[in-house]
Amino acid sequence: MRIDGKGLVDRTKPVRFRFDGKDYAGYKGDTLASALLANDVRLVGRSFKYHRPRGVLTAGSEEPNALVEVIGASNQTPNVRATVQEVFEGLVTQSQNRLGSLKYDLLAVNDYLAPFLSAGFYYKTFMWPRAFWEGLYEPIIRRAAGLGSLSGRHDEGTYEKAFAFCDVLVIGSGPAGLMAALTAGRAGADVILCEESHALGGRLLSDPQTIGGMAAGDWVAQVVAELNALPNVRIMTRTTVTGAYDNGTYGALERVGLHKPARPNLPRECFWRIVAPHAVLASGALERPVAFENNDRPGIMMASAVRTYLNRYGVSPGKRVTLFANTDAARATARDLMAAGITVAAIIDPRPDASAVGDCPVHVGAEVVGSRGRLGLSGIQVRKGSEIIEIETDCLAMSGGWNPTIHLTCHMNGRPRWDEELAAFVPMEGAVPGLVAVGAANGSMSTHGALATGQAAALKMVEALGRKVSVPLPEAEDAPYRLKALWAVEGTGRAWLDFANDVTTKDVKLAAQEGYASVEHMKRYTTQGMAPDQGKNSNVAALAVLADATGRGIPETGTTTFRPPYVPVSIAALGAGGRAEGFAPQRFLTSDQASRDRHAPMIEAGLWYRPSYFPKPGETTWREACDREVNMVRQAVGVADVSTLGKIDIQGKDAGRFLDFVYTNTFSTLPVGRVRYGLMLREDGLVLDDGTSARLGEDHYLMTTTTAAAGLVMRHLDFVHQAFCADWQVRFISVTESWAQFAVAGPKARALVNSFLETPVDLPFMGVAPVRIGGVDGRLFRISFSGEEGYELAVPTRYGEALFRDLLARAETMGGGPYGMEALNVLRIEKGFITHAEIHGRVTAYDIGMEKMVSAKKDCIGKAAATRPGMWGPEREQLVGLKAQAPISAGAHLFVPGQEVHRETDQGYVTSVCWSPTVGAWLGLGFLKDGRARIGEKIRLVDHLRGLDVICEVTGPVFHDPEGEKLRA
Amino acid sequence: MPELIAKSALEGQTVTLGTVTLAEVDVGPITSIAVFPGGAKAVAKGLKVLGLAMPEPNGFAEKKGARIVWMGRDQAFLTGVAALALEGAAVTDQSDGWTVLAVTGTGAVDALARLVPLDLRLLVFPVGRAVRTQANHMNVVILRSGDYAFEIMVFRSMARTAWHEIDTAMQMLAARAGTKF
Repeated sequence: MRIDGKGLVDRTKPVRFRFDGKDYAGYKGDTLASALLANDVRLVGRSFKYHRPRGVLTAGSEEPNALVEVIGASNQTPNVRATVQEVFEGLVTQSQNRLGSLKYDLLAVNDYLAPFLSAGFYYKTFMWPRAFWEGLYEPIIRRAAGLGSLSGRHDEGTYEKAFAFCDVLVIGSGPAGLMAALTAGRAGADVILCEESHALGGRLLSDPQTIGGMAAGDWVAQVVAELNALPNVRIMTRTTVTGAYDNGTYGALERVGLHKPARPNLPRECFWRIVAPHAVLASGALERPVAFENNDRPGIMMASAVRTYLNRYGVSPGKRVTLFANTDAARATARDLMAAGITVAAIIDPRPDASAVGDCPVHVGAEVVGSRGRLGLSGIQVRKGSEIIEIETDCLAMSGGWNPTIHLTCHMNGRPRWDEELAAFVPMEGAVPGLVAVGAANGSMSTHGALATGQAAALKMVEALGRKVSVPLPEAEDAPYRLKALWAVEGTGRAWLDFANDVTTKDVKLAAQEGYASVEHMKRYTTQGMAPDQGKNSNVAALAVLADATGRGIPETGTTTFRPPYVPVSIAALGAGGRAEGFAPQRFLTSDQASRDRHAPMIEAGLWYRPSYFPKPGETTWREACDREVNMVRQAVGVADVSTLGKIDIQGKDAGRFLDFVYTNTFSTLPVGRVRYGLMLREDGLVLDDGTSARLGEDHYLMTTTTAAAGLVMRHLDFVHQAFCADWQVRFISVTESWAQFAVAGPKARALVNSFLETPVDLPFMGVAPVRIGGVDGRLFRISFSGEEGYELAVPTRYGEALFRDLLARAETMGGGPYGMEALNVLRIEKGFITHAEIHGRVTAYDIGMEKMVSAKKDCIGKAAATRPGMWGPEREQLVGLKAQAPISAGAHLFVPGQEVHRETDQGYVTSVCWSPTVGAWLGLGFLKDGRARIGEKIRLVDHLRGLDVICEVTGPVFHDPEGEKLRA
Repeated sequence: MPELIAKSALEGQTVTLGTVTLAEVDVGPITSIAVFPGGAKAVAKGLKVLGLAMPEPNGFAEKKGARIVWMGRDQAFLTGVAALALEGAAVTDQSDGWTVLAVTGTGAVDALARLVPLDLRLLVFPVGRAVRTQANHMNVVILRSGDYAFEIMVFRSMARTAWHEIDTAMQMLAARAGTKF
């Protein structure tokens, strides 16, 4: 019910929103919870396990009951706390975890089965038969007990993540936080002030009082105006600090666009990482419920929440309110309610020594022992001595005292300290370096205490930053906080501790009775504290009940561990920008557009995008295009962009010596102008990479790596250089990105290349020479990965696209054209050239038949390890070729024909296969036990995944031109 | 043989959104200078011609259009002038390997804060600072060329991703600024 003249919502800005298919009206500044309460909607959800009707319990992010689904145009967000979600025009929400309507939830039958559904019930009941768990029990339980649902589609909403830095981070903007921010801000420090709500002020917006001789609201407005005017203060509203991490780093979740209709590019949320050497934790305290029979009905809520709805939102959650509280603050709530014209039916104060004076009936030394009303509270039973009093009420405001919000102080494994006087845990000083808890978060429960501790903490930080400031402390109430701890009311029925996970005092006692007496065991046995509210409303009470049940004190019982995040954080915000293509950078070749212009499907090779094949009109499968491209290279000329290969420029007097050290073979003897194939080992003797290195000058080499291992090899060289030979005269740098390089291969390759050169050169096989192409300095290598006469022509990257287009145009006049990755792969398999499919990290030089490349005359990285027993010999699987007349597959395993096919008889495996248009057969490369001695044998290839079972011929790995005559032509 | 047409990765494109401008810029030749052991004196002598010296770690210096940027231990990039023949150092042309993006305007820091995990506040990261760091998943070099001006060097092949990510950050900032409840 809305109360005229009260609250801070903007009455000039009405908004319409929808809940469970029905339209309602609220105002700007309302949360979904306050707007629903204003419309007298008390039933907003069903409980997790028993599907009991539930209403709003709190007015903050700790809300355990009022979880709803927010339906957007392109997404559906479950488990949104109605107490946090602000209403806006067009907001669509619905209740969750129900079967049928919210009023007539069919799963409410669970509540009648409650005697059978106590803690541990699943573990005990669904044990047999074992196989039923996954297929039957679990799906049913998950359907029956749960939270909101997802749409099943990708969340294509916009999310953001960002970094921020400041001198002082202030967490919370109640009196303590505002005072700290003001003090640090006036001193000139860089301040970030984070406030979870949309407005600054914290409890000052809910609890009317005077500060510095003015209304608290006016004081807040004045401070906020000053903070806004300070250029060194950054105010972040709707931002919850979710975690404290190493080195003064804090995680924070900002609700950027969740309170507005979706808009293009407007982030829904932003996940911040804030780094601050100093932080003030002014997170206040959370009021705690009292466990009594049926204390979970809609209409029973926290006293502080009633005050917030009344004073901040101008809403009374009931017409006839009762209060059940063990502190003096409840009296103020009653006064506020009565001043607003609401009937207060009674105040029930369990403290026997409390004042019985009031403007309404006060029952001192009494307790609420029960409630009634199926879908909403209609009355309570109060026990006063031996007497039971029935009171009619539609709203019970309860308070069992306050728990300081200490969560962040425990995120680095600090344990809190039990304070007997407050009957609550308070932070251990210094638990998070640089973080100081102040105000109610540190147990200073009065407004004066909040202002004073907030200021004192900020002054210390200001001093540490070498700054000075003087800020007068405004006067404020400093009433003592008197309470008698009350966790649970004696009774026989179910009394809820954890509303979110449906855990009652009985469950906790049962846990203790069954031997789960440790708080960590109790938590896992009952699931208390494991719901989205993470036990904010129930942890302390649950362990108090456990302490009682086990006959220990609360400090001895201890608490469970507080872990980040403080509030639920959507994965979408944590991974902002990382969905789909955002997962990794995309690397594009200079030929990219030219390839796409020819409709080449682009495939990812590492981060690069490379053309798979270049389809021609009439070709319906990739194989047709691939076969044509292979034939084209073998018979005319083909052009392929090979710029992705790693290129490392190596210079210095010791450059040759360095290459001798990292390669198995010798490069210091390579003549200038020549290229040599090299093999590189890891320190463990296995093959790291292969490639060619060219000697460009006496002290100047250019190393080529595979595409896949470009970064890996660079890292390896850096390591070797820094660890073993830092004093050598050698320097190297990646030039991968500096050169666009194109392979030109085939019988007509020389003619095509020479037509581009200002001065044609006659390069020998494995030669390199500087060339000029259309006024541009380039390099020409005579190397081949196809088995044909091959060249690689390199120009500075800026000319790459132009050269590629020109090369293709001219090649086409010669019966040639571009070829893609598929053809490139077929060509190299036909020639028996290896890639990382073969040198996959588990093979030695011996395995690939290159043991002779490990020079006997010198040492190299990996040589010692490569000579150990087991790294060579007939027991090793060795590289062979495979030839078949039926399709074969990479990944298949090899067996002796006629033998059984199982793990123990495995003879090897296949790494690469292709259909070879040149040979007219299926070809493969693979590793076969003692393979080189078995050439000519038949072997059985089995692939269970693809259902292949083929007899192959074992051959040498080189199928095409084994003598290499074409290369040297 | 016709002349080959040179193309930069982003063909010099520019976009302004709100208070941030993103543009591909041409910084001229980029030359890596990697000093050999014992080569420092000779390099210092060679750089003197330009009025420059090897820069301090995480810094850069400028003189008459020539700029020298710290890139690592005993390594710097000389930009804006033709490569020098230097004794005592390995000199490697890097001109085509990098794309340089200028991010300028009062909101430049806010845009970069979406991608770069560094404290870019002016007091902490003043003009003349150059660092090798990350922009989201990419290795970059970031230079502060003015109070409200940064230059970002990124591998040429990743230029489109870099552009896209900075542009996206700018779009989101603009959307934040442009919506009032």
